[in-house]
Amino acid sequence: MDFYTIIFYLFAIITLVSGFIVVTSKNIMHAAVSLFVMLFSVAVFYVLLYADFIAITQILVYIGGILVLLIFGIMLTHKITEADLKTSNLKVVPAMIFTVGITAIIISIVISTKWNIFSTVRYETTVEKIGVMFLTNYLLPFEVASIVLLVALIGAAMYARKK
Amino acid sequence: MGEVGLQHYLILSAIIFGFGLYALISRRNAILVLMGIELILNAANINLIAFSKYSGLGVDGHVISVFVIILAVAEAAIALGIILALYTNYLTVNLDEANTMKD
Repeated sequence: MDFYTIIFYLFAIITLVSGFIVVTSKNIMHAAVSLFVMLFSVAVFYVLLYADFIAITQILVYIGGILVLLIFGIMLTHKITEADLKTSNLKVVPAMIFTVGITAIIISIVISTKWNIFSTVRYETTVEKIGVMFLTNYLLPFEVASIVLLVALIGAAMYARKK
Repeated sequence: MGEVGLQHYLILSAIIFGFGLYALISRRNAILVLMGIELILNAANINLIAFSKYSGLGVDGHVISVFVIILAVAEAAIALGIILALYTNYLTVNLDEANTMKD
C-alpha cells in the first residue's frame, strides 16, 4: 500500500463523511462548514489526478466564491439572534430508498463495465494546454461562457433588488 | 482495495452524486438544496477529470470541467437572487411553505 493509495482512502473518507454531514445536518451553518471541508478534499483528488489548474480553480471559485455566497444567503435569510438556523428534512425514507437505489445502480454499472484504459498520462503542467484549448478548439464556448456570466450577474442583481 | 484506478474515482463520485440527490429531494431549506446541486456538479467534475487521466480524454476533460465550474457559479448567483426574492415576499426560504401563486 503506497503513499498514493493511503492519501486516496484518507481523503475519500473525509469527503464522504463531510458530504454526509452536508446533507443530513440540522444546523445550516454546520452544513456550510462541512461543504467547505468537502470542497477542499475534492481539490485533493484533482491534484491526485494531475489536474493542477482545476484544483486551484476549485479552491478559488467554489470556496472563495460560491461558499461565501451561500453563507451570505444563509445570513441574509435567517434571524441569527432567534436561533432560526435549524432545518429539517422532508420525506426522509422515500428519498433515502430512491437515492440508495440510484447509487447502487450506478456503482453496479461502474463495476460491471470493462473500461478501456488507454494510458495513464502524467502532465507536467496543464495550464498552458488549457489556455491553448480555450483560444482554439473551445473559442466559441469560451465566449458564450462570458456572456452567460454577464447575464447571470445582471439577472441576479435584478431579482435580488428592492422593488 | 488494491491499486487506485478509474473505478475507485467513479464509485466515489457516484456516492457524492447520491448525497447530492438526497439533499435535492429531501431538504426543506432552499439554500441546502443549492448545496446539494453543488455536490452533484462536483461529482460530475471528478468523473471528467478521472476520465481525462485514465481513458485518453486528455486535456479536453479539464476544459469541460472548467465550463462546469463557470455554469455552477452562474447558477449559484441566480438561485441566490431568487431565494432572496422569495424571502422578501414570503419571509421564509422553506420550499414547502412557498406554495401560493402571486396575489
